[in-house]
Amino acid sequence: MENLVEIRGLRITFAGAVDVVQGLDLDIPAGKTLCLVGESGCGKSVTAKSILQVIDHPGRVSGGSINLRQTDGSVLDIAKTKPTSPLMRQVRGGDIAMIHQEPMSFLSPLYTIGNQISEALMLHRKISEKDARAEGIKMLEEVGMPDPARRYDSYTFQLSGGQRQRAMIAMALINKPRLLIADEPTTALDVTTQANILDLLGELQRETGMGVLFITHDLGVVAEIADEVAVMYLGKIVERAPVRELLENPKHPYTKGLLASMPRLDGDFKAPLKAIPGMVPPPALRPAGCSFHPRCEWARKDMCGHVAVLETDLGANHMVACHAYGPQAHKFSRVSKVVDVGAPVAVAKKAVGKPLLSVRNLHKHFAIRAGFFQRQVGAVRAVNDISLDVFPGETLGLVGESGCGKSTLGQTLVGLHRADSGEVQFADIDVRAAKGAEAKQLRTDIRMVFQDPTGSLNPRMRVRDIIGEVLQVNGNHSAAEIEEKVQGLLARVGLSPDYAERYPHAFSGGQRQRIAIARALASDPKLVIADEAVSALDVSVQTQIINMMKELQAELGLTYVFVSHDLGVIANISDRVAVMYAGRIVELGETDQIFRNPRHPYTEALLAAIPGRGARKTGARIRLTGHVPDAAKPLAGCAFADRCRYVTDACRVNVPELRGEGNHLDACLRSEELKLRSVSQTEALVSA
Amino acid sequence: MGSFILRRIIYVIPALIAVSLISFLVIAVPPGDFVDRLAEEAAKKGDIMPLAEIEAMRRAYGLDQPLLVQYWSWITGVVLRGDFGYSFGWNLPVKEVIWPRLGLTVVLSLASLLFVWVVAIPIGIYSAVRRYSVGDYIFTFLGFLGLAVPNFLLALALMYVAFAWFGQDVGGLFSPEYIEAPWGWGKFTDLMAHLWLPMVVLGTSGTASVIRVIRANLIDELHKPYVTAARAKGKGEFALLMKYPVRHAMNPFVSGQNDIFVDIVSGGTIVAIVMGLQTTGPLLIKALMEQDMYMAASFILMLSVLVVVGTLLSDLLLAWLDPRIRYQQG
Ligand SMILES: Nc1ncnc2c1ncn2[C@@H]1O[C@H](COP(=O)(O)OP(=O)(O)OP(=O)(O)O)[C@@H](O)[C@H]1O
Ligand code: SF4
Ligand code: SF4
Ligand SMILES: [Mg+2]
Repeated sequence: MENLVEIRGLRITFAGAVDVVQGLDLDIPAGKTLCLVGESGCGKSVTAKSILQVIDHPGRVSGGSINLRQTDGSVLDIAKTKPTSPLMRQVRGGDIAMIHQEPMSFLSPLYTIGNQISEALMLHRKISEKDARAEGIKMLEEVGMPDPARRYDSYTFQLSGGQRQRAMIAMALINKPRLLIADEPTTALDVTTQANILDLLGELQRETGMGVLFITHDLGVVAEIADEVAVMYLGKIVERAPVRELLENPKHPYTKGLLASMPRLDGDFKAPLKAIPGMVPPPALRPAGCSFHPRCEWARKDMCGHVAVLETDLGANHMVACHAYGPQAHKFSRVSKVVDVGAPVAVAKKAVGKPLLSVRNLHKHFAIRAGFFQRQVGAVRAVNDISLDVFPGETLGLVGESGCGKSTLGQTLVGLHRADSGEVQFADIDVRAAKGAEAKQLRTDIRMVFQDPTGSLNPRMRVRDIIGEVLQVNGNHSAAEIEEKVQGLLARVGLSPDYAERYPHAFSGGQRQRIAIARALASDPKLVIADEAVSALDVSVQTQIINMMKELQAELGLTYVFVSHDLGVIANISDRVAVMYAGRIVELGETDQIFRNPRHPYTEALLAAIPGRGARKTGARIRLTGHVPDAAKPLAGCAFADRCRYVTDACRVNVPELRGEGNHLDACLRSEELKLRSVSQTEALVSA
Repeated sequence: MGSFILRRIIYVIPALIAVSLISFLVIAVPPGDFVDRLAEEAAKKGDIMPLAEIEAMRRAYGLDQPLLVQYWSWITGVVLRGDFGYSFGWNLPVKEVIWPRLGLTVVLSLASLLFVWVVAIPIGIYSAVRRYSVGDYIFTFLGFLGLAVPNFLLALALMYVAFAWFGQDVGGLFSPEYIEAPWGWGKFTDLMAHLWLPMVVLGTSGTASVIRVIRANLIDELHKPYVTAARAKGKGEFALLMKYPVRHAMNPFVSGQNDIFVDIVSGGTIVAIVMGLQTTGPLLIKALMEQDMYMAASFILMLSVLVVVGTLLSDLLLAWLDPRIRYQQG
């Protein structure tokens, strides 16, 4: 056995005899990074957990083998080892360690991270507490934790997201495992922090020579970190190849679909994305034959619907499980439809004419209270002196790291927060002073779509009432009119009209987001503010929603403010982009200008952090350290100064104003002299 | 942590002031006072007290003063001199009556609480880990019984059983020969022999509710991601259970302890009367009926102090157990 782990015919069963994973074969090579990709619900996490026998009750491994090559050359079948046996405990954390998506919930808040790190060491080695502490601190230092000796005694809630993930990595690596399983370790992090953690994992892998099984749904991350890639769909590997081969020459329709639905930053950002239709069915409803067939555009009913698929070896380590490459290949034409362009791609709309929404010097501060009498001791300047215009029919993208004030700005604009000062003018209405009929008009003209469609839809209301609520509240519509409107809206957002009778829990995440959008559109708004509206969705569903929103915009002449931390999505949907940092706009311009000709060092760093930029081959990486400055502390000079690679003394004294020629503005004192890198100058992820 | 403790202690002071004021007023406000009661008693015996004598007696006891003045002189006495006033009913200073009784109340309450923990924690953990096992069902059933049966009924039943089957004299906290005896080894063992019964009676409903709380909390915690993470480190199941889920489940448990303690302290009264215990409960009832105001107010004050201190202790324990509280509110 040459691989570190060889999984054969793995079967994982949950309550009700539902097979979540059914006959999975997977080889994990030693000393390499294997990425496991697939949409949510494909069984990636349970597969990873099965290797350590830590699947949550009532799940269990019900068949197959998981062979681990031991250091002495013998082979241990983990699937046949008792989960509570000493042998299994030795494997866990010793030979194979695991890191997870959400360190906040995978580390206990009741013990210091040091306690949990040295615990891992002491479980596998006889070592005194004092030595374990020294080793723990050394490990924290190796994973790049700032001030490791002090942080060793910190609790999780005292650390930032990136630091927590570093602590978790330290805990996993302290026993020098031969295999590290990383389950979406960067998904919950900001793009800049993600870049740092990916760099760290890459370095550690090269230094220690351990094998890494890296689970992700993000093909950009795959391009960044993988040596080999396995694509998983409904509990089976459907394609496997070395990373370049897979990204440049994907074979399986599912892989092709994933790549095509990913917003890209090479070529034309705004080229329409091609979505995989439908979504991953629950494992209990796994289709017969090739389980991908209901969503596959090549599918042949006579075959794919009932004949089980076998793996085909295409040579050069490339394996695919699809009839179109098997013995019956000649029956398939293997032609994919070109993206349905629909309406001619709107040429980037120019910001001209009279703005629909005009914001001047807007401030929103949150009081910080402390002490005995909860006196105000300071203020978080979440929105700090922001001015911008939004023109009719355009999409303004709003990007920035978490905590930079994107959501607060959006919420202040729709009136969910009261601004402290500044002006907001919508059409002819002064938003901050609006009362009576004007206020009512604002409520129907400006609507919001939220990130979490589950939380924002009232579970006790039928879809009809959720969508029609704004019409009922705001007046003179008869029941019949509302009914007609709701039916029309459901059709518009691609849902069947009979869904009106159902309750929100009966829908998938993507469908709920469609309902939320239909609700926002019910009052025929002029402006829709979408706050991370697609962030919680899988890429294929995300693409479906983005495409739908673009179509609706073209049909109805809507104006969008689109808030997102995902630069790919922003590039794809926006006409203009505002980059926010610490409550301010630091750069504002057309999408092309921002992505191809950034003027602010923060924008440059954000762009450089996008995974899959090919940066790992070049030495000259731009990486941001530290985090967004504490918004509570008053700052002199440029807020970005502490993290800026171009900082000068002047930057710490003078506050840069947002200024510039034409419609490309930036807030950097040195923007004239600097030559910054853009996305087009780095090697981009190659197109499918 | 230091400032946290200090803050908590300072928060307690207004609560104590309010409690003392209210307990005094509640006793003093109803019409009539101890002297009226005396006069009534005397009248029943056909011995009419002259008005002048009544007034003189009032003056002597300070009952002619405005209420707030009475309160002030009483509370300053309590705080500055440990003087709780004079019991009209016992013709003794209140403190001489109250301290021994209070001591026994504390001992009994703590013993009951301990009983609750020792029995309920292991059973709660067992029931959560072996959810839906036969043992779990049996304990759940017993728990329902424990909650449903009133304390005094349980007291009567147990007394009957102890007397009829073991021939033990189970009333009271002491055998008759020790009641007035000074403290010594003999009196102590005698107390222990009597203590278990009221302890079980007082602890039963608390035990049942603690089992439920621990079971529910622990079931929530057993499948938390940090448990999977610790298991994936190679930790053994029992050590894992104790270090992570049980420890996490302890927090809501600790904050619930205060209610149980209050239940025990206040529930003690009826049981004490039924079982003839020399604790505070029966005395309080007597004092209230006689309008023996300093006595009653002192009792209520001391019981409230007990409860407030209990709350303080459980808060401090919680802060000690949970770093989030220590660091985020401290
Ligand atoms: N404890 C459980 N009980 C029942 N079903 C479960 C359980 N855990 C996972 N599943 C189901 O197993 C399937 C695979 O889940 P898994 O978490 O492995 O998916 P995934 O590919 O990792 O998805 P994601 O990208 O969202 O993390 C899903 O349909 C999920 O609902
Ligand atoms: S087997 Fe058929 S349905 Fe499945 S991926 Fe290939 S072509 Fe599509
Ligand atoms: S003003 Fe100075 S510190 Fe701020 S972004 Fe420009 S160069 Fe950097
Ligand atoms: Mg997962």
